[in-house]
Amino acid sequence: MKEPFVRIIRRRSDTFRHKVLVRFIAIVLALIVNAFFIYFVTGLNPVDVYVVMFRGTFGNVMRFSWAIRDMVTLLGIGIALAPAFKMRFWNIGAEGQVLMGGLATALIMVYCGNSLPTPVLFLVMIVASVAAGGIWGFIPAFFKSKWRTNETLFTLMMNYVAISIVSALTNYMRGQASSLGKLNMGTQAGWLPKFLGQSYNINILIIGILTVLIYLYLKYSKQGYEIAVIGESENTALYAGINVTRVRIRTMIISGAICGLVGFLIVSGRDQTISTNTAGGNGFTAIIVAWLAKFNTFYMALISFLLIFLTKGAAEIASAYALNDFAADIITAVILFFILGSEFFINYKLIFRGKGGDR
Amino acid sequence: MDSLLAWILRAIPFGTIIMYGALGEILTEKSGNLNLGVPGIMYLGGFAGFAGSYYYEHLSPNPNGAMCVFVALAACIAASMAGGLIYSFITITLRANQNVTGLALTIFGKGVANFFGVYILNGASYTAAPLANSMFAARIFPFADKNAVTQVIFSYGFLVYVAVILAVIFGKVLNRTRVGLNLRAVGENPAAADADGISVTKYKYLATCIGAGVSGLGGLYYVLDYNHGIWATTGQIEALGWLAVALVIFTTWKPYNAIWGAYLFGMFYWLYQFLPDIMGWKLAGYVTDLIQMVPYVVTIFVLLGVSRRKKKENQPPESLGLSYFREDR
Repeated sequence: MKEPFVRIIRRRSDTFRHKVLVRFIAIVLALIVNAFFIYFVTGLNPVDVYVVMFRGTFGNVMRFSWAIRDMVTLLGIGIALAPAFKMRFWNIGAEGQVLMGGLATALIMVYCGNSLPTPVLFLVMIVASVAAGGIWGFIPAFFKSKWRTNETLFTLMMNYVAISIVSALTNYMRGQASSLGKLNMGTQAGWLPKFLGQSYNINILIIGILTVLIYLYLKYSKQGYEIAVIGESENTALYAGINVTRVRIRTMIISGAICGLVGFLIVSGRDQTISTNTAGGNGFTAIIVAWLAKFNTFYMALISFLLIFLTKGAAEIASAYALNDFAADIITAVILFFILGSEFFINYKLIFRGKGGDR
Repeated sequence: MDSLLAWILRAIPFGTIIMYGALGEILTEKSGNLNLGVPGIMYLGGFAGFAGSYYYEHLSPNPNGAMCVFVALAACIAASMAGGLIYSFITITLRANQNVTGLALTIFGKGVANFFGVYILNGASYTAAPLANSMFAARIFPFADKNAVTQVIFSYGFLVYVAVILAVIFGKVLNRTRVGLNLRAVGENPAAADADGISVTKYKYLATCIGAGVSGLGGLYYVLDYNHGIWATTGQIEALGWLAVALVIFTTWKPYNAIWGAYLFGMFYWLYQFLPDIMGWKLAGYVTDLIQMVPYVVTIFVLLGVSRRKKKENQPPESLGLSYFREDR
């Protein structure tokens, strides 16, 4: 038989240098495609546009600080997803889990804000938000274990249940007012205190600590090892005597709980209010972040930063050239397509006709 | 009675939007591809259809109705299939993860539609394509207003009936033809299908791209008929797209079920407005917000019921969500 023009074989291992090179080329190609897009649609010089884009994040100290604020929101959710994804449990429900955590926080701010002493108030808010997110993560995991219910679809549906609960309760809380506005505006009860000038710096600090903790948890703890084994092969895990059901439910409670905590940080530290837009699609974007980073929380920080940089940059382009913000979605999506596609060249090797290689 | 009639007359067009979305996704998922880009594809299809007919109407000296419909359909299907092709190339040829690629496609479709939409809007909060709307919303049966029954059945634009016909064709093809059997084999067990000489790659590509083309029609129907030919920057199409994904589960991957399932979802969706009317209740705003979760909750229960009873014919395709690589066997 004639040798095919090109064969594909799986790489057994890949060097760090090659991985970095492949991703770098992918991003450069994506930027070139985007440059064509910018040029043909707007007629602007793409290089100028990229320079303006740079200013979105690095224009001044305040912008950089806002970029980091938004980055940690995305990163926090990505971190939350990491344990679940490593177990090959497709938690698409982060959006809902964050919302439920944020809602629990907001309810306690409004209804207990003036009756509890501050430290107790924060404690109750944190516990409630973690519990709310945890429950939202627990339900699909429970049924996955009991009846093997498809978790991708289940968690996806749970998002919309959460959105409708949040919209009902914000509607209830605002009463006759046209919008909810900042919660506890007068007393500022339940607002995270300012730290180095901004409340959200506490978010940055907490997510920073979590990034390290989850990294260590996944890499060095016994539970992290169990998660890794289940992710590789459930049968191997069963054979090794790992209680798959218990680990799965535990991991999803952790995943949901961290999402809930992020909900708390958004409401208490960033927005001081709640709406169906509190998670703002970050729950979905974080899925991409967590997957691309291959469950490594430090890579997640890098990828979150890249995505926020793009979003901020596109907003800057939009205001500078009277375009619109949706350019950010296009530019981001093109870069994601290229990075996703580039994984192929990390996992597989192409062998052209007559080039030999191990058969 | 009048409220009930009004409710049904609202539910059926609404159901049609998501029926297209779901039919396309059923075809896609039957090949083992879980495409979470449906909302993005519906954005692409809806916007391309609108843009095509809008420019045709505004640039052509004396626009012709039939041509306008053709332009809208062609633009819609081409754009949606292009979305499907991006997804196919990345997940089938490059074997990337399907969930993540689908979500990226949703971001992409939403971005493209709204970005270029803003150019057409040109500062206005909405613009319309009146000729296209009049063509798509035109009732094709003259006797529709005779009585309540004929109204329920006959008083819609042609795309409502096309959706039903497509559902029947899909059902027939999947269950009664060789092609359908092969497609199902690819979705259930691609390795076995491959061993049988079926080209897994070809089936996956075709099912995903054709499926995307059909899903996109949902977006077109939404913009040019349901929404009176008006384009505005909203998140509405995204919500509809996810509802279409929910409907796929609700139908347990069967095109016939999509027909009544879609209309039932339409009833659920408008429940908050019409049920209180019929029952004479006066509900607070927050209760109506809660009622909006009904379609999703029902879908969850269907998902649970299906997984609990484990009836073979109701399960998702066995290899749903997995890429196929021959050498991995």
